[in-house]
Amino acid sequence: MRFREMILGKYKKSIVLLLIIILLGTIIIAGSLGSAKISFSNIIKIIFAPITPAGIQNERLKETSRIIIWKIRLPRIILTVIAGMGLGVSGAVFQGIFRNPMANPYILGISSGAAFGVTLGMTMGLQITFLGIGAIPISAFIGAISASVVVYLISGGGRDILPLLLSGIAMGFLLSAMMSLLMYFNRSQLENIIYWTMGSFNAANWQKVGITAPVILPGSIFIILFSRDLNLIVLGEDSASSLGISVKKSRLTFLLISTIITASAVAVSGVIGFVGLIVPHAMRIITGPDHRTLIPYSMLGGAILLLISDTIARTIMAPTEIPVGIVTSLLGAPFFLFLLNRMRNPK
Amino acid sequence: MIDEVVIETKNLNWSYNGTKVLDNVSIDIRFGTFTGILGPNGAGKTTLLKLILNLLQVEKNSILIRGIDIKTYSRKELAQIEAYVPQSVKIDFNFTVEQVVMMGRTPFLGRFDRESSEDIRIADWSMKETGILELKNKLITHLSGGELQRVVIARALTQEPIILALDEPTSHLDIHHQINILSILRTLAKREGLTIVAVLHDVNHALEYCDNIFLLDKGKIVNSGSPENVITPKVMKEVYNLDVNISKNPFTGNPYMVHDYI
Repeated sequence: MRFREMILGKYKKSIVLLLIIILLGTIIIAGSLGSAKISFSNIIKIIFAPITPAGIQNERLKETSRIIIWKIRLPRIILTVIAGMGLGVSGAVFQGIFRNPMANPYILGISSGAAFGVTLGMTMGLQITFLGIGAIPISAFIGAISASVVVYLISGGGRDILPLLLSGIAMGFLLSAMMSLLMYFNRSQLENIIYWTMGSFNAANWQKVGITAPVILPGSIFIILFSRDLNLIVLGEDSASSLGISVKKSRLTFLLISTIITASAVAVSGVIGFVGLIVPHAMRIITGPDHRTLIPYSMLGGAILLLISDTIARTIMAPTEIPVGIVTSLLGAPFFLFLLNRMRNPK
Repeated sequence: MIDEVVIETKNLNWSYNGTKVLDNVSIDIRFGTFTGILGPNGAGKTTLLKLILNLLQVEKNSILIRGIDIKTYSRKELAQIEAYVPQSVKIDFNFTVEQVVMMGRTPFLGRFDRESSEDIRIADWSMKETGILELKNKLITHLSGGELQRVVIARALTQEPIILALDEPTSHLDIHHQINILSILRTLAKREGLTIVAVLHDVNHALEYCDNIFLLDKGKIVNSGSPENVITPKVMKEVYNLDVNISKNPFTGNPYMVHDYI
């Protein structure tokens, strides 16, 4: 643990800075990679063009590059960053609330609820739009929120943690079975549904950024402001109460906000595994379990991990794109096993 | 403050799922005393402790803390008066000892405050009192049971409470650490005027350390007062169904109980 003490002491502030620099660097690299290669300097020029005075604008930049960056790559990159932030933050919150470092944001049936919502929407041929958002994200969001609310209510309003966890697991199985049933009788939609559940940002656009950012960013900031309460909740309900916080109210608030954050991320990207589990873990190794630093670190870490994964997903087998959920799971599962091993044999 | 009644319950009743756990319990606990709550398993000791900490909800005007109804205090106000050491503490997150102890300052901090140098001084003081100052930077997941128990007590002391409520503070400890913890608590009661309320199992510990004992059985107070008046062969036969003999501890001169084996 000398590593952590060193970081906590001298370099604590520089780590946040480092993470921000890594994130910005990843954004620029991700912008340059793809079927059309665009140089780093041109990406920076294109991104800052709208706020650059007209006199010094570089007119020689190709119009196609401009369109590729602004219409295709940038919305996807920003959406990935925001979803990654959301999954990182809500992962850290769920692990704190459940007092279990192995918890993840999908624990209350959010992912299976979203998947079931999408399946239902697709098989019914749902054609709705809301603020420029299509039927799939809407049905995913509604499915995710409904599943969590039902789990919360049938487990006695979250009085105890264990019934909440078990109800979430049972709900997951129930919804998966119902989803399989729907898929079995609607084989024409099979491919679309399965592809959605693997997670992908290939349908990213500015509308999706415009609707997820105003949910995920303020939600995450709220959680950061109240993160000290999570430290007390981790000590146990009676200890936290005797230290002056109202545990049930605070737990419900955290659950509600992080459920909405997770549902928004899932709605625009599908089910992306392991980010919400791995990122808070990795960040806890660096910064320790104090949620006042852990939450902002997880926010940045989630964005970096998801952006790297999505860039790999769309470039490694170009022109074919692989679902980002496969990449995060391929990277995440071995890391998870490494963490388990590390917990069993602490040095 | 001397002789002030800091905790008072008036005909306190409490039921859980229709079963009566506490039946007409009236107690009063004075400032700076070491009070033991004794009784067989299931007598309602932990419930009584949790009620006086407002961890279980109680009717109006049945518990007074410093003469005021417990229901009129906010959680935060109460946390500035009462601190709690639960029976067992399990934390799966690797906080440092200092981080856990510092959480005891939470009731005094505003939403966006960071700990001041005064808060750090108080945390250092309580770590010193409980003998864990040198463990300050250790991870709590690496501590022994006795060390962890002292960390939890240090966190409670960091709240600078008037009342310290402990639920079987020595249950997982070896005999040396049991005595160590109880002696720390007695010192704090004598020197700092801390009011200590502890659920205890070991009758001899109660005889040695307590100023006052409440003996509970099946939710009722069967006897209360000074240790030698509460723990008598007649009462022990009634409550625990044990034949006991009270003699004197040759080391301390306090009452000491030996018992027959069934």
